[in-house]
Amino acid sequence: MTSSYAKPTSADASKMDVCMSLQNVTISYGKFEAVKNVYMDLPKGKVTAFIGPSGCGKSTVLRALNRMNDLIPGCKLKGRVVFDNNDLYDPRVDPVEVRRRIGMVFQKPNPFPKTIYENIAFGARINGFKGDMDELVERSLRKAAVWDECKDKLRDSGLALSGGQQQRLCIARAIATEPEVILMDEPCSALDPISTLKIEETMHQLKRSYTIIIVTHNMQQAVRVADQTAFFNAEAVEGGSGKVGYLVEFNDTERIFNAPGQQATQDYVSGRFG
Amino acid sequence: MATQMTKPSPISYSNSSLFDRRPLHFDPSLKRNRLNQLFTTVAGLFASIAVLPLFLVLIYVLIQGGKLISLNMFTELPPPPGLEGGGIGNAVLGTILVTAIAALIAIPVGVGGGIYLSEYSSRGWFAQFVSFGNDVLAGVPSIISGVFVYGIVVSTRFFFDQSYSAMAGGIALSVLMLPTVIKTTDEGLKLVPQELRMGAYGVGASKFVTITRVTLPSAFTPIATGVVLAIARAAGETAPLIFTALFSPFWPEGVFNPIATMSVLIFNFAIMPYEAQNELAWAASFVLVMMIFAANILARWISRMAKV
Amino acid sequence: MLTDLRATDPSPSPRDAFTLRRRPPSERFVDLGFRQLTLVLASMVAIVLLGIFLTVFQGAREAIAQFGLNFLTTSGWDPVNEDYGAFIAIYGTLVSSILSLLIAVPLGVGTAIFITEDLMPTVVRDAIGLMVELLAAIPSVVLGLWAIFVMEPAIRPALSLVHSLLGWSPFFNTIPQGPGMAPAILILVVMILPIITAISRDALNQVPIELRQGAYGVGTTRWGAIFSVILPAAISAITGGVMLALGRAMGETMAVTMIIGNSLNFDLSLLAPGNTIASMLANQFGEADGIQVSALMYAALILMVLTFLVNMAAQVIVKRLSLRY
Repeated sequence: MTSSYAKPTSADASKMDVCMSLQNVTISYGKFEAVKNVYMDLPKGKVTAFIGPSGCGKSTVLRALNRMNDLIPGCKLKGRVVFDNNDLYDPRVDPVEVRRRIGMVFQKPNPFPKTIYENIAFGARINGFKGDMDELVERSLRKAAVWDECKDKLRDSGLALSGGQQQRLCIARAIATEPEVILMDEPCSALDPISTLKIEETMHQLKRSYTIIIVTHNMQQAVRVADQTAFFNAEAVEGGSGKVGYLVEFNDTERIFNAPGQQATQDYVSGRFG
Repeated sequence: MATQMTKPSPISYSNSSLFDRRPLHFDPSLKRNRLNQLFTTVAGLFASIAVLPLFLVLIYVLIQGGKLISLNMFTELPPPPGLEGGGIGNAVLGTILVTAIAALIAIPVGVGGGIYLSEYSSRGWFAQFVSFGNDVLAGVPSIISGVFVYGIVVSTRFFFDQSYSAMAGGIALSVLMLPTVIKTTDEGLKLVPQELRMGAYGVGASKFVTITRVTLPSAFTPIATGVVLAIARAAGETAPLIFTALFSPFWPEGVFNPIATMSVLIFNFAIMPYEAQNELAWAASFVLVMMIFAANILARWISRMAKV
Repeated sequence: MLTDLRATDPSPSPRDAFTLRRRPPSERFVDLGFRQLTLVLASMVAIVLLGIFLTVFQGAREAIAQFGLNFLTTSGWDPVNEDYGAFIAIYGTLVSSILSLLIAVPLGVGTAIFITEDLMPTVVRDAIGLMVELLAAIPSVVLGLWAIFVMEPAIRPALSLVHSLLGWSPFFNTIPQGPGMAPAILILVVMILPIITAISRDALNQVPIELRQGAYGVGTTRWGAIFSVILPAAISAITGGVMLALGRAMGETMAVTMIIGNSLNFDLSLLAPGNTIASMLANQFGEADGIQVSALMYAALILMVLTFLVNMAAQVIVKRLSLRY
């Protein structure tokens, strides 16, 4: 078990373009390490899923990828997160600029208290969008597979939509700014199965033009949507009170679920724990 | 990899041409970053302005009032206009007395009303009406409560043919305290978990026993905090007392006679053209502010005690 | 108790140890009585409120009959000829409260943002929050004393400068000479600032973290998020708080009375002495008699109606504008 710890794992990095690269990343809240020594190369233009039991730090790693953890007091990152030849945690890097290029969809649908149209246009406008806004709004909503439900009520509040529609509106909001990467933090956990299915279809559409990284609790979802899957686990630290997460294995989704290299992965995907 | 790092970043996605794309590095000269800096500075400036009056008022009250504090201040009466020396003993006593009367009226009524709203009313129309009325009463200017008590107690010589009295002042203050006490009781009781009530009913306790032995004691902290703050606020009120308790240059003569209070003393003596009186106004401010701050600290202490 | 009984006398069933299996009628009586008592105590709110209205209205009837609605628009206040009009006081109440609000709202909301955003370490923010709460605890009359002896002399040079620069305007065409509308407005700012700050702070704290993350997620800057997402989500509660502060400013008595000058002559200039309904009541009520008492009651009635309307507006705004966040 400990041998997998701190071992760089990458899924055939030679074959594909690397979009983001984590190099010995350790994230801690105050004194407690949440996740330790993560190495991984996230491929470009693919869907990568992070799976693992609760508390294994998969969401923490995801939020580290666009510096969303900056909002949490006391959260610190050691190591390097390389994106577009920049270390995102270089003190010279502007987190606002990072988030403009790495968009995010959150666990709970969080449309702004504005109209549906404005929910989309807002992000585009602050990103200095120079094109036709109406067209962008329509294109984004179409890409997120929510245009048909919204086209007649663009001037209504985004909060008037159902939960699943709100989440797809949030996806539309994220893709409207044309980010290179979209991070999704358990985007379906608050949704019913039908909305979940729709969002998964949306993801299939989106992966042609974006790199998608998704955290999910649902292993079937990982199998359905992801090209690559990373399995995180947590183990108790000697002498410490909490658990520290680490990356166990990162490979093609098929390999992870059918022929994992680690016993822990095997146990988890076959439902023996977690 | 390391050598590539310093190169400017190429934008890889073709559809990004419609957006401003910049290197990831922070650029302080950017308009949005300069605006950010500006707004942060402005907010900091506003916060400093907001706390400035507290310091200025406290410094003057502490210096101007504190330097006069001696034992005589509490044992002597204010001097007649034009003379030096004297103290504010009668006003200190009067403030305590009038505030105590107000508390003795407002606490039972307010706690009882709060119990009704939270435990008995089941939020019907009457309860909604009472909470609405409570909000309205909380918004009634303090001087109006003075006018009210003047109308029903002072001008009618309600108490033993006495017009202005400590009692009238206490009633006027209790009108101001009442909404706060009701609100804190209602909200404090609402915070008590329903399971606790169920537990008491489950062993066969009557509603009266449940409320007085279980619900009310477990809401003690928020209620006590609110009551202490309401008393502190009432002790500093002046407007309702000017024409109810009036003022008296003598020691208190029972609750049915006019009485001196520190707040009315400050008002009366501040606008007098005599320096001795002005100084007594500062001394009374010092005592009053210290009492009120002590009550605020007490309230904080009560709510902190409960958390431990 | 139970074990004791068992030890001494093992034969009877432990059930017999409970003497109150059946509720005695007295308990039922206490229960009902307590309920009725709290009902009566709760009704006191309604009784007091009605009592206030009736007392003031009854007192004002004579003046209402004599002066009618002219009372609102005429500005004579002449106890000798028994001619009364409350225009100066109404005007002063509105001008002082609205102008003080215009100054206090940006200051209070700005302060609230400063102490809810993580611009500073938590210790600093908590300290500022505590100080604003303590400012709210200082009695109005102490602020009035301070305004007379410290603030007004200190700001007089600044007001004189305003007069020399803007003296051509009717709003600044008097030489500041002590008490006046401008110092009264400033002391009102000090008094309502804590309310606005406290309510805005609560409103901002209630904006869910998800919304904030959403804004940062599309790449806004901190102030971009504040202006376009966080403030709009909190706006209804903040507006409600501002209206409550307006009501408080209208009814505020002591500090204003001590520094406004209590003038009975109308003057547009903010540097001249003025008057408000509340300060007129504080000054004259104790010594008034006859129709003057009634005129003062009439003024008190107007003040009540004004504050009532403002407080109602506050509640409606909070309910109407409140978003689902």
